[in-house]
Amino acid sequence: MAQVSIPDSEVDIVIGAVQSDLASFMEEWRPIFSRYHLIIVKDPDLKDELKVPGGFNVNVYTKSDIDRVVGSSSTTVLFSGYSCRYFGYLMSRKKYIISVDDDCFPARDNKGDIIDIVAQHVSNLTTPATPFFFNTLYDPYRKGADFVRGYPFSLRHGVSCALSCGLWLNLADYDAPTQALKPGHRNSRYVDAVLTVPARTMMPVSGINIGFDRELVGPALFPAMRLAAEGKLRWETVEDIWCGMCVKVVCDHMGIGVKSGLPYVWREERGDAVESLKKEWEGVKLMEEVVPFFHSLRLSKAAVSAEECVVEMAVAVEERLGPVDPVFARAADAMVNWIKLWKVAGTRSAVA
Amino acid sequence: MAAATPLLKDELDIVIPTIRNLDFLEMWRPFFEQYHLIIVQDGDPSKTIKVPEGFDYELYNRNDINKILGPKASCISFKDSACRCFGYMVSKKKYIFTIDDDCFVAKDPSGKEINALAQHIQNLLSPSTPAFFNTLYDPFRDGADFVRGYPFSLREGVPTAVSHGLWLNIPDYDAPTQLVKPLERNSRYVDAVLTIPKGTLFPMCGMNLGFNRDLIGPAMYFGLMGDGQPIGRYDDMWAGWCVKVICDHLGLGVKTGLPYIWHSKASNPFVNLKKEYKGIFWQEEIIPFFQAATLPKECTTVQQCYIELSKQVKEKLGKVDDYFVKLSDAMVTWIEAWDELNPGKDSAKLANGSAK
Repeated sequence: MAQVSIPDSEVDIVIGAVQSDLASFMEEWRPIFSRYHLIIVKDPDLKDELKVPGGFNVNVYTKSDIDRVVGSSSTTVLFSGYSCRYFGYLMSRKKYIISVDDDCFPARDNKGDIIDIVAQHVSNLTTPATPFFFNTLYDPYRKGADFVRGYPFSLRHGVSCALSCGLWLNLADYDAPTQALKPGHRNSRYVDAVLTVPARTMMPVSGINIGFDRELVGPALFPAMRLAAEGKLRWETVEDIWCGMCVKVVCDHMGIGVKSGLPYVWREERGDAVESLKKEWEGVKLMEEVVPFFHSLRLSKAAVSAEECVVEMAVAVEERLGPVDPVFARAADAMVNWIKLWKVAGTRSAVA
Repeated sequence: MAAATPLLKDELDIVIPTIRNLDFLEMWRPFFEQYHLIIVQDGDPSKTIKVPEGFDYELYNRNDINKILGPKASCISFKDSACRCFGYMVSKKKYIFTIDDDCFVAKDPSGKEINALAQHIQNLLSPSTPAFFNTLYDPFRDGADFVRGYPFSLREGVPTAVSHGLWLNIPDYDAPTQLVKPLERNSRYVDAVLTIPKGTLFPMCGMNLGFNRDLIGPAMYFGLMGDGQPIGRYDDMWAGWCVKVICDHLGLGVKTGLPYIWHSKASNPFVNLKKEYKGIFWQEEIIPFFQAATLPKECTTVQQCYIELSKQVKEKLGKVDDYFVKLSDAMVTWIEAWDELNPGKDSAKLANGSAK
């Protein structure tokens, strides 16, 4: 199938900086990133000066920028730690956003070539998804593949793909207990596939390496689930997992798709899983509460846009999960406030 | 997980439908020789199919099928590889591996020959995870695990009923696709096994398939195809849709992905088109039917689920074409024949017991 060619000007690369020295990170990504516009958001809790090498077309946002947009009392609540990247999503005005954590580097594919994650995410987002019927040869739109015998013809045009979830070589995105149990465990398996995650199937969306269509689902990616002991390591967060569960419901409701698989990034060592495990892993316990909720969540026909979906979801979260734990009531609040913020600061009419 | 894969040589039968010859078994000898084979000979029963030396096998031709099943033999297709499901029925083993006679040993990217049977066994002996998608694919494979965010309460998984393998070289395309892309070959080795999520249907190919006969056997009926039937090349599809609905209902898992075999023969797309023609239209009705199909909670055995499904087929798909009325009756005949040949096999206890 012919690849749609997307102008570079439709892409923003958003990096949440939870470490101040981005020099080696940016240099490694330079061959891939330099043709695109970048948005770097500095974690408002970071005290040190941000180091960003020259030669990039980049907008950097720091605490004072965030304060100006949302008011200083909200800055830390919303955008501290890994969640700082959401500010970048808010400020962007491009159709496609690609976002990676600042401890990730370009990986090599099984032929030894450097993986252009932007090109792969864009390819995933600009070819249809197929959420209503599983194709056993994975993404039928990839070169050398197609729909298999028995795949209904009426479903072969697919639907728009709103989210592209990439993977990680070396340090995979395991939770702290898993990594602590297998401290030497590294992911070395390159799985040469992209596939659509079927409709109404729940999944863990990792924020470490993603791409999305901001026009379709921008408002549905939000910082809402903040753990009491949330830290500066991925093992100590679930904000992306919560957000991912929500955005999957939105996509399923809107009849659009989510893909998972390629591209891979190389994720470097940072932190100690055992140390993270010693902290209270509230996030793991919380996940147990939310599965039945998300499994049964249905939105009304009146919810047509991503904003409307999020508002409806927030009501359901408040009603059904609020009584379980105050973190959910806060999440529901955050979701409602996010939509208000998006309308003010995230839409075309607002000043970038 | 460095333990060797158990052989299961006394617990597994290899079922092979054939109308030509079994020369392909020579290549598989190192991997298959220890297992018992069930050969289902299609076509002219007076022809002798030679089985290579050294294999332990039983062979059934059309006369045997008629003798064993009597009038119930009407449910077993003729002149179509769908006849293979007779082999499932007469087997006395817990696991079945079925393979087509034009499928050979493939090589992985390192050049090593793939023991497809061993991979199917690994898939079947480890749990499936249909309730929640794992982005790193089968978490029970060596070198993989559940990712962050995967609920711990779902990490035990459920028993695996089906292991669906894939094919390098000639891909399993339908006739229209074959006509448009006659030269396309599948050369992409995807190093993954994954569970097909609950509530999602898939096109099951019977070329390279393993399953737990105790858990799902009675649902593996490959339908009425071939000679005297208005449709062909939808046998495995039909079985796969029934199987998936029942697995979802009973809390069993279906895996797809590795192992790969090398599919050598590209069948004639014009012949295929004639066989598939009705199916291409009918599947537009069939798919929504299966997507919407629900089974009452009183159906706790595979047989009960299957009989219930046959009623729904008659009621809802009977309107599409009279073929489905016949098929629905054949589905019932199949279950009757299965129970006759497998008396006292209480799949309810097994299904519920292991589904915990």
